[in-house]
Amino acid sequence: MADKKEYKVVGTRPIRHDGVDKVTGRALYGADFHAVGLLHGRVLRSPHAHARIKSIDTSRAEAHPGVRAVVTAKDFPEVEDKIADLGEGAANLKDLQDNVLAGDKVLYKGHQVAAVAAIDPHTAEEALELIDVEYEVLPPVIKVLDAMQEDAPLLHEAMKTDEMGEKADKPSNIASHFQHKQGDLEKGFAEADVVVEHEYTTETVHQGYIEPHNATALYNADGHLTIWCSTQGAFAVREQVSEILQLPVSKIKVVPMEIGGGFGGKIQVYIKPIAAMLSMKTGKPVKVLMSRADVFEGTGPTPGSYVRVKMGATKDGHITAAEAYLAFEAGAYPGSPVGAAAFCVFSPYKVENGQVDGYDVVVNKPKTAAYRAPGATNAAFAAETVIDEICEKIGMDPLEFRILNSAKQGDIRIDGPPTPHVGFVETVEAAKDHPHYSAPLEGENRGRGVASGYWPNFGMASSVAINVTADGTISLVEGSTDIGGTRAAIAMQAAEVLGIPAESVTPSVVDTDSVGYTAVTGGSRTAFATGYAAYEAAQDVKRQMVERAAKLWEVAPEEVQFADGMFSTVNGKEQEIDFKGLAARLDETGGPIVGRGTANPDQPGPSIGVHVVDVEVDPDTGKIDILRYTATQDAGKAVHPSYVEGQIQGGAVQGIGWALNEEYIYNEKGEMTNASFLDYRIPTCLDLPMIDAVIVEVPNPGHPFGVRGVGETPIIAPPAAIANAVYRAIGVRLKELPMSPGRVLKTMGKI
Amino acid sequence: MPRKVHVQTTINGETAEFLCEPRQSVLEVLRDVLYLTGAKEGCNNGNCGACSVILDGRLVNSCLVLGAELEGKSLETIEGLAEPDQLHPIQDAFLENAALQCGICTPGFIVAAKALLDQNPNPTEHEIRYWLAGNLCRCTGYDKIVRAVQDAAKTMSSEVSA
Ligand code: FES
Ligand code: FES
Repeated sequence: MADKKEYKVVGTRPIRHDGVDKVTGRALYGADFHAVGLLHGRVLRSPHAHARIKSIDTSRAEAHPGVRAVVTAKDFPEVEDKIADLGEGAANLKDLQDNVLAGDKVLYKGHQVAAVAAIDPHTAEEALELIDVEYEVLPPVIKVLDAMQEDAPLLHEAMKTDEMGEKADKPSNIASHFQHKQGDLEKGFAEADVVVEHEYTTETVHQGYIEPHNATALYNADGHLTIWCSTQGAFAVREQVSEILQLPVSKIKVVPMEIGGGFGGKIQVYIKPIAAMLSMKTGKPVKVLMSRADVFEGTGPTPGSYVRVKMGATKDGHITAAEAYLAFEAGAYPGSPVGAAAFCVFSPYKVENGQVDGYDVVVNKPKTAAYRAPGATNAAFAAETVIDEICEKIGMDPLEFRILNSAKQGDIRIDGPPTPHVGFVETVEAAKDHPHYSAPLEGENRGRGVASGYWPNFGMASSVAINVTADGTISLVEGSTDIGGTRAAIAMQAAEVLGIPAESVTPSVVDTDSVGYTAVTGGSRTAFATGYAAYEAAQDVKRQMVERAAKLWEVAPEEVQFADGMFSTVNGKEQEIDFKGLAARLDETGGPIVGRGTANPDQPGPSIGVHVVDVEVDPDTGKIDILRYTATQDAGKAVHPSYVEGQIQGGAVQGIGWALNEEYIYNEKGEMTNASFLDYRIPTCLDLPMIDAVIVEVPNPGHPFGVRGVGETPIIAPPAAIANAVYRAIGVRLKELPMSPGRVLKTMGKI
Repeated sequence: MPRKVHVQTTINGETAEFLCEPRQSVLEVLRDVLYLTGAKEGCNNGNCGACSVILDGRLVNSCLVLGAELEGKSLETIEGLAEPDQLHPIQDAFLENAALQCGICTPGFIVAAKALLDQNPNPTEHEIRYWLAGNLCRCTGYDKIVRAVQDAAKTMSSEVSA
């Protein structure tokens, strides 16, 4: 087990290796890529939420001057009906293909229908208007509970519910229903002194990364396809494009450019196969870019949901039973994160009698994609506000309640397996001890709320190679695209092993031909798992360097030790040389050294966050202001504390946006009416105070430095914490997200 | 295709000439004609600030200005901030404060911060937040960005007084 240790490099705050490129505008993101002879692609999207495609006539577009190619679903090869694992959720490849270019039906406004390559972007846009599509418009269904009705319009006429493993006999929009159960629910509720039950709804929200999706593809006459793009996972792109276009993976090279945010939304492919198809038809490199409206209307949001939670507790604060009903909108194709929601909903707590039912339901909205702790935020909004009400009823401090009920390692979870090693109690205590929690909060319409968020984190495969350079530095080659400073966090773990400064590592994120398989940057896994692979690669280097030192001194390798950056002999011969010195002598001791490391660690270690927030509600307008915000979180061991704080702050603010403003607004035709950053309002810096991020370190036994993933957890608690604070401020409990001014006034009975 | 227009302007202190379509924005000209890709497109309709540039001393969204309007004007972009051997103090402050995660918003924030500090060398936290409200960042929660601008203001005013 990793103890609480002090390290030389891990835990320090060096300047990130890609920093200068990123502050000077030199870093090349996907849309910055340029190639000689480049064509520009644009995509035609469905204007309808639900319609049958009767015909597509591309002839006028093809004849437009400057147009080089047009593609539709007819250009796809046949694919099997098969499920592929995409890292943060699985998808059916036929659905994936159908989502990339619609076949018989369009299933949401913004669904991709056809695409054009032309000599410049404006010509491509003009040509889109010359594609004639005849639609038979069908009634849409937008909300999860409506879609579950027997007489709801069906998106997929042949889809039947997978009812706890059995296929139902009638078609339905409910793709699946599963159930987890533990103990005796009835007995649990009978033992309770207080039972609280409420219904909650949340609206569709978007990841909102600032960089729209992009892809440039070049298909060569020799059958090799290269794709330059922003993605969370170059290998995941390779896999999906390979399946969609039926090309062998060995013929596809994906070059990950810098990426401008993803949060789970840049794993699924949308325009990458289209760029490839357009290049196949033209023989030229083709760049396809999305507009902001395309991003909102055509790419993975996170689901709207209906959640019902019932919990019982004794007067002295012990949870006796808990029940959740979770119905999630999958969007146009099955695959919402309801599974993860079911996993997380009661995870921080020991619940002996529990039941969780999950429903995955299709609606006429874009196919949902992962979004930072997918599913957990929707679930926690319900469970964590029910807990708050229980605490109020029994007169217990909400943080004490959480300590009292915290699940310990080995406690059986509702879904079966035991709770892994967690740092929940330590994290709650950090929140309790923080001056914020005990600071007086004065003034009218002000209140303080708390909530916790749990995320299991992921491991998965990563590969790293290290080359030792004669000047005593190393170059580190990895396959995890760097969304938030992971080059530094990975490099630092190798530096720690080799006793060299972080600055002596040159990390590069490379293409799929140049590094071993590496799963997506997602699931909070990168600093943890790719960091683990870097640790292994550095150990491999160390082992080889020890052999070289032994050769140099003509002793057995067992007689050489390495500590504090020094190789030395153990047996009093008083020979020593540092890493740099030995690196300069590789030539004379046998040539270059290349270290390799792969990892597929299975103990990612859950990360729990506890948030404390003060709000003020304007009783006339219903607007909620955030006055003060503190987020504590268990990071296991923070490799680069500044970027860990950054994750906590950024995640908390995404959660604040979800809580207060963000939602897809639909009209009766099922059209999203606010597909711009003006109308879909994400938080600006003027909406916020400083976010106090408090790192708690309870080392993860599943990692050599004790690291836990940190990226996803911080988004989970904010909506519940804010709702609890609003209750303390104005005495009403909000059960709908977002808690926009209109909803606040409605709940207050003012409109 | 519409006939292109010839434009002569100053970019980062140097004379620049280019041909552009009348419908092309300054952002398109910078990125697609001059290959200055430091200004980013996040929305193309004035709502994110990723394309921020300074035009004749004023902070503007380059996606909202036409390329042809640059005739006779002077433009500052992110590419012009650093000296060959030294970053601008705002750039240094962003690195020191870890004020970027993915970095796509960073050029826009740095240019916007420069426009602020050019006219208000000692802004309060509220003035910084008010000024930067036109720039969206989805990664950082803004905390470290605001601190970076505060630090840069301190460094720059001490450089001036020194
Ligand atoms: S791209 Fe110009 S403001 Fe967003
Ligand atoms: S750092 Fe990613 S949007 Fe600001």
